[in-house]
Amino acid sequence: MYSLNNVSLNINEGQIFGLLGPNGAGKTTLISMLCGLVKPTSGHFTIDGLDYQHHSSKIKKIIGVVPQEYALYPTLTARENLLYFGSMYGLKGSDLKEKVIEALDLLGLLKFADKQVQTFSGGMKRRVNLIAGILHKPKVLFLDEPTVGVDVHSKTAIIDYLKALNQDGTTIIYTSHHLAEAEDFCTQIAILDQGQIYAQDTPSALIEATKEARNLEDVFISLTGKALRDGL
Amino acid sequence: MVYKIWMSVVKEFLLLKRDLGGLIILFVMPLVLVIAVTLIQDSTFKAVTDSKIQILLVDKDKGSVSKTVFENLEKSKYFTVVTQIDNKPITEEIAKENVYKGKFQLAIVIPENLSSDLQAKVEQNVEKIVINLGLTDSTATAEPQRVIKEKEVKLYFDPAVQMSFKNAVMSSIDKMISQIETKSIYATFQKQLGEETIDFEQKNFITFKEIIPRINNKEVRPNSVQHNVPAWTLFAIFFIVIPLSINIVKEKSQGTFVRLRTNPVSNLIVIIGKTITYSIICMIQFYMMVAVAVFLFPSIGLPSLNIEGHFFLTSVVALFSGFAAIGFGILLGTVASTQEQSAPFGATSVIILAAIGGVWVPVFAMPTIMQYIAKSSPMNWGLEAFYDVLLRNVSFLEIIPRITLLFLFFIITTSIALFYDKKKRAV
Repeated sequence: MYSLNNVSLNINEGQIFGLLGPNGAGKTTLISMLCGLVKPTSGHFTIDGLDYQHHSSKIKKIIGVVPQEYALYPTLTARENLLYFGSMYGLKGSDLKEKVIEALDLLGLLKFADKQVQTFSGGMKRRVNLIAGILHKPKVLFLDEPTVGVDVHSKTAIIDYLKALNQDGTTIIYTSHHLAEAEDFCTQIAILDQGQIYAQDTPSALIEATKEARNLEDVFISLTGKALRDGL
Repeated sequence: MVYKIWMSVVKEFLLLKRDLGGLIILFVMPLVLVIAVTLIQDSTFKAVTDSKIQILLVDKDKGSVSKTVFENLEKSKYFTVVTQIDNKPITEEIAKENVYKGKFQLAIVIPENLSSDLQAKVEQNVEKIVINLGLTDSTATAEPQRVIKEKEVKLYFDPAVQMSFKNAVMSSIDKMISQIETKSIYATFQKQLGEETIDFEQKNFITFKEIIPRINNKEVRPNSVQHNVPAWTLFAIFFIVIPLSINIVKEKSQGTFVRLRTNPVSNLIVIIGKTITYSIICMIQFYMMVAVAVFLFPSIGLPSLNIEGHFFLTSVVALFSGFAAIGFGILLGTVASTQEQSAPFGATSVIILAAIGGVWVPVFAMPTIMQYIAKSSPMNWGLEAFYDVLLRNVSFLEIIPRITLLFLFFIITTSIALFYDKKKRAV
């Protein structure tokens, strides 16, 4: 049994591409493959015309990854975390320091820059987690549930920031359970279930194409059913 | 690349700086360990000890032999003789009970008539020799000789005392009794020959002297500090395995490891960053231990560590020992999935490596099979390299084989960790 089966996607430059699906649908597996964390048993994909087999380090320079968990050092301050992860992308010196300050400021965290991350609320950690993946202005940004477990204010700040980033040319590929957020945020959506893509289009086209659907949630239920998806 | 390594080192130091428990394990515990162990073991190395062991003496003989035993024991640097408990003379039963309960470590019971029977036995033997040599009046009728039973000096040891202590005590009592017998034989000969005015030379003809190695024309006498500081410094250096492996496991569980895998940075750079950081920590540990052994030890009654002329070479040994420990820590942290796996395994394996490496029991005192195993322990290579430098005064060239082994151990363990990680990495 495979987590993903016969998945075919074409994500254009400049899109905000949403991967939606119930628990266990294969969203995280797909995004992990695209980030180079999981090796596909078969198949092939390229990012900006490059494949991992031959151009792993080139791809890693142009992508940014924001994992679902807070991938930060809790005892380091927000600034220290960001300086470290920024340097791993090849940023250095005053350029790195300025980028860290700018991003912290934009996401309302500048006054907490020198506080240890372990003292932050969930929303603040999410924002630092996001900054750590975008400091180097990636061409393609992968986000796995970037707004899970955060309050409305943090969620708004994150979405607004991502929209601005997209305006600057970053292609965003994102997974979420928040269908209303995805409907508003994404330019293209794929609905994934049981490792397969059930539908792929713009949010409005998906709603139009589904009988009696008023929003993306109706489309989602129509395609994936109402059964609970708990499983091990 | 250099900047990435530098930032990795900075990050590791910041993480350590904010980990109080880790700092205590790395810097305070080794100091406590080396001071405590050296203080405890000092007496076994000291030529003169301040604390004498009390031994019970049950004198059933009341003769010259028991008197000599008492005097020799009293003169000894190691023992104080106790002949009464609560102002009452000690019987064999009381002595036995006190020793078996651990109140005293040793009781000596001198049997009844030991002096008179020894004298009689010696006289019988000497008389036989004198008759055989025809030195007596041949017409005199020989009286039938009385049968004298062999005598037994009983020793009772506290069951908790170590075999080495028992052996040392038994050996010195055996020597003491032999000397008494010899003196007795000489005296009897003199008497039998009627030459009581002749003064036999009763001093030992054969003596022994330990020749101490000399470095820069100064005797380098091994003491507890010269033995313990390298051994326990090495033990502390290897304990770096625990915080280092936990550090790697934490990176995996916190998700930072996943983030790093998506960054354009190889695992080798991450490992180099950790290796540099923990090597610096090993050296700080080493210099702290040396500073304590040189400056603090004399003020608490211990000999000072003699590191004069050895500072560079011991630093080299400490650094390479640190590499070996770091390699082991990286491998353990890479393979372990949880802190519950890495911490106990790390601690136990370091203790095992120390035990088989000769930190507690010298390798030469181990069974043959264990001696071969000991020689495959990196802690043994490090320990022998330290002893080579501090006690055997060897040159840099002579420690190269041992430090090469330590470095190879680092390369092999790190390579296995990198290979294991690469196999687990997806793309």
